[in-house]
Amino acid sequence: MIKYDVLIIGGGVTGAAIARELSQYKLTVGLLEKEEELAFGVSKSNSGIIHPGTQNPPDSLKGRLCVEGNRLVREICKELGVHFKEVGELIVAFNDEETSRLLKLKEEGELLGVPDLKIVDSHWLRKNEPNLNDKAVAALYAPTAGIISPYRLVYDLAENAAKNGVEFHISAKAETIAYSPDEEHRFIVNTPKGAFNARYIINAAGLFADNVSKMVGVDDFTIHPRKGEEFLLDKKREHITKHLLFPLPTKTSKGILVIKTADGNPMIGPTAEDVDDKDDLSTSNEGLAKVLEGVKKMLPTVNENDIIAYFAGLRPASGHDFIIRHEDKVPGFVNVVGIQSPGLTSAPAIALMVLDILKNNGLPLKKKFVFHKHRRRSEHLFEDPVSRIKNLIDMDAAYGDIICRCEMVSEKEVSDAIDRGATTLDGIKFRTRAQAGRCHGGFCTTRLMKILAEKTGKPLTSVTKRGCGSEIVKKDRVDG
Amino acid sequence: MVERDLVIVGGGPAGMAAAVSAYENGVKDILLLERDQHLGGILNQCIHPGFGIDYFNEILTGPEYADRFIKKTESIPQIDVSLQSFAVHLENDKTLTYIKPGKLEIVRPKTIIMATGCRERTREMIHIPGTRPSGVFPAGLAQKLINIEGLLPGKDAVIVGSGDIGLIMARRFLLEGARVKAVIEIQKETRGLKRNVVQCVEDFGTPLYYGHKVSDIYGKDRVEKIRVVKVDENFADVPGSEFEIECDTVLISVGLIPENELIEMAGVAVDKSTNSPVSEELNKTSIPGLFVCGNSYKVYDIVDSVSRDSVIAGRLAAEYLKGLK
Ligand SMILES: Cc1cc2nc3c(=O)[nH]c(=O)nc-3n(C[C@H](O)[C@H](O)[C@H](O)COP(=O)(O)OP(=O)(O)OC[C@H]3O[C@@H](n4cnc5c(N)ncnc54)[C@H](O)[C@@H]3O)c2cc1C
Ligand SMILES: Cc1cc2nc3c(=O)[nH]c(=O)nc-3n(C[C@H](O)[C@H](O)[C@H](O)COP(=O)(O)OP(=O)(O)OC[C@H]3O[C@@H](n4cnc5c(N)ncnc54)[C@H](O)[C@@H]3O)c2cc1C
Repeated sequence: MIKYDVLIIGGGVTGAAIARELSQYKLTVGLLEKEEELAFGVSKSNSGIIHPGTQNPPDSLKGRLCVEGNRLVREICKELGVHFKEVGELIVAFNDEETSRLLKLKEEGELLGVPDLKIVDSHWLRKNEPNLNDKAVAALYAPTAGIISPYRLVYDLAENAAKNGVEFHISAKAETIAYSPDEEHRFIVNTPKGAFNARYIINAAGLFADNVSKMVGVDDFTIHPRKGEEFLLDKKREHITKHLLFPLPTKTSKGILVIKTADGNPMIGPTAEDVDDKDDLSTSNEGLAKVLEGVKKMLPTVNENDIIAYFAGLRPASGHDFIIRHEDKVPGFVNVVGIQSPGLTSAPAIALMVLDILKNNGLPLKKKFVFHKHRRRSEHLFEDPVSRIKNLIDMDAAYGDIICRCEMVSEKEVSDAIDRGATTLDGIKFRTRAQAGRCHGGFCTTRLMKILAEKTGKPLTSVTKRGCGSEIVKKDRVDG
Repeated sequence: MVERDLVIVGGGPAGMAAAVSAYENGVKDILLLERDQHLGGILNQCIHPGFGIDYFNEILTGPEYADRFIKKTESIPQIDVSLQSFAVHLENDKTLTYIKPGKLEIVRPKTIIMATGCRERTREMIHIPGTRPSGVFPAGLAQKLINIEGLLPGKDAVIVGSGDIGLIMARRFLLEGARVKAVIEIQKETRGLKRNVVQCVEDFGTPLYYGHKVSDIYGKDRVEKIRVVKVDENFADVPGSEFEIECDTVLISVGLIPENELIEMAGVAVDKSTNSPVSEELNKTSIPGLFVCGNSYKVYDIVDSVSRDSVIAGRLAAEYLKGLK
């Protein structure tokens, strides 16, 4: 049986950030993920915003971790070559009552330590955000808000953690956990990929964290999925806004936003609706209508014909805040659950908090002699200037073999994505953007299937969209 | 930077007809860029007969039709064909950047003809709600999977839209031994050719629902079923008319969109609703010396008309060059 000092359950941004943080220390660390690839849970479908920390109650854990995460993520992005863009956000008010609420938000943000908050007037708005509805009277400007590709953050954290010795096991769903308090490796986690023995367990299983926690008898919380539908616009509309635009928040959500994404496509959404089914990722006409209604208040010129894609994500909520704690009833078991928004932003700070919890509960942390802090940035032609593209092609001819024409993705980028762990078409899409553009893979799917099949030595019929059961084709015509 | 008299982007029937015509009208320095490994464009995957009735007075398959133009193009040494060459950037002064394996080139053509064809409208563009499992294909992609790659996308298909590609694919699926459960068309009549409705759907007894739309797609990993609802004259759902169809595949055939992102980048006025260039006269655009032909100019029903009109584009480019001298 494989033995670990620490075993993390869940390969989303929370699990990956913890894994990378732990990989600096002299420990054996493993991570289990039930899906075929990492980041296929909540971490693949969110708004990709690195929040500044506003819109959180001043005494909340999520507020504190968000502000700290916003600070930490910058360093991590530099080390790992992840593209982080500080675009700033505007929370927009349309009347005096709303303006007075802005002042309150500003105060609360400052209590949390959000830097450089400023109220801007309609004059400033007209100059700096020309497409914004001219009925806007003021806004709270938070310059530290940024954007990031959420799945690429997960992949790059995980890749770096793996380089520093963390072992990742995919298609390895934790099904049962046996607990023997007297053993040194007190947990045995059973999965379809075999059993794993661990001294400490970190439960970062997102939507399913309550199920995992129940496996050791801790059942005093439940995860309630709250759905958010989001709609992506054509990259041609990249400059429709300069900042992230927010309305004033409601009790349960930050409202319908105009989002800039790291890859250029603007996005509108998300809705916020409580659902029962943790697998329900469907979108609806009602969701679209709500989003359009909300967005048009801020951005009257938005055109629904510019929508090229949509998706839904489920926030793994349990009450109003994160729950991050050692379970004293089950020594060695750490719950990191209820990681709703701003979980993406907070992940680096959550990881530090988890390290402290482990240390306080008997796990010695000694730094390794060698920690590979840096990772070489993955190339993406679409974000490069012509001169850089030319250099890349001179270096490797395969950068000149364009596969995805809408998003300009080359054979080399696709091969690299597969070499770095992509095993599905969605995995390739998240890493490279091939199929993520306006034609939705109409032109490039067959080429991608062939490269994937060839590189993994499997038949074309086994290529899937996102794992077993989602095969692209049913059969080979010739072989029957 | 390389100078050229004429650069043509796209080696489908439109680009080839324009190249040959430009040569015949006196242009002696032509670069034809095609991003695929072969000339021929979309015709290569249209292995059904029905091409060339007007242009050649013969009934040909797509590849046969393309082959006539390929032979002609390749026989003219002044047409420099560059395959696997993808145009990525176009400027207002017609400076064009293209990429091929091992090379990035910037050319400065005196005149340029864009013949980049169409892409298919997607499920996302008509906002079909529901889940996003595998098994939802643009019909043209399904055609490519079957005809070029030899793979069968699914066994129980529903076709959304009665455009020609969808109709042809309905027959193709049946001939491959798969089932076609229905063709669903929101309009009161087809947008496709009458002969395709008869030969590809009616003759096989496949149910064709006019005035209906797909209102939901279900399935976690793979399509499991769809929901269909009848619509009234204003395309509003008729309450109580919903029904479900079990299927593992949904083919989307809801029209084509001209691929004009490059000319848009160069500042050519493009119609928001059709994505065609705003144009006063066939093949012309708001930038003098920048022409567009074939399916990227407008969506044509048959390739014969594409060839006929693209010949004119070649001639216009030749005349423009003469005017410069
Ligand atoms: C619509 C929407 C918009 C959002 N926008 C933002 C934003 O802009 N900024 C921000 O900061 N946050 C945002 N969030 C929140 C953010 O996405 C989440 O907080 C974050 O992704 C949670 O990450 P996670 O790793 O905890 O969960 P997940 O990514 O879900 O990871 C958990 C993993 O555990 C795996 N797993 C589950 N059970 C088991 C098991 N038994 N065995 C093994 N593996 C298992 C799952 O497959 C999954 O991969 C948004 C969320 C939504 C839904
Ligand atoms: C499924 C289907 C069935 C059809 N059936 C019939 C029929 O029965 N009878 C009939 O008469 N017609 C039929 N047609 C119509 C006919 O095939 C088209 O009208 C014709 O192919 C259009 O020619 P084109 O050259 O404009 O476009 P395409 O054939 O699409 O060629 C465009 C070319 O441009 C290239 N290109 C695009 N962008 C770039 C770039 N940036 N750089 C370099 N190269 C680029 C593409 O690779 C492609 O080769 C059918 C079409 C389809 C799709």
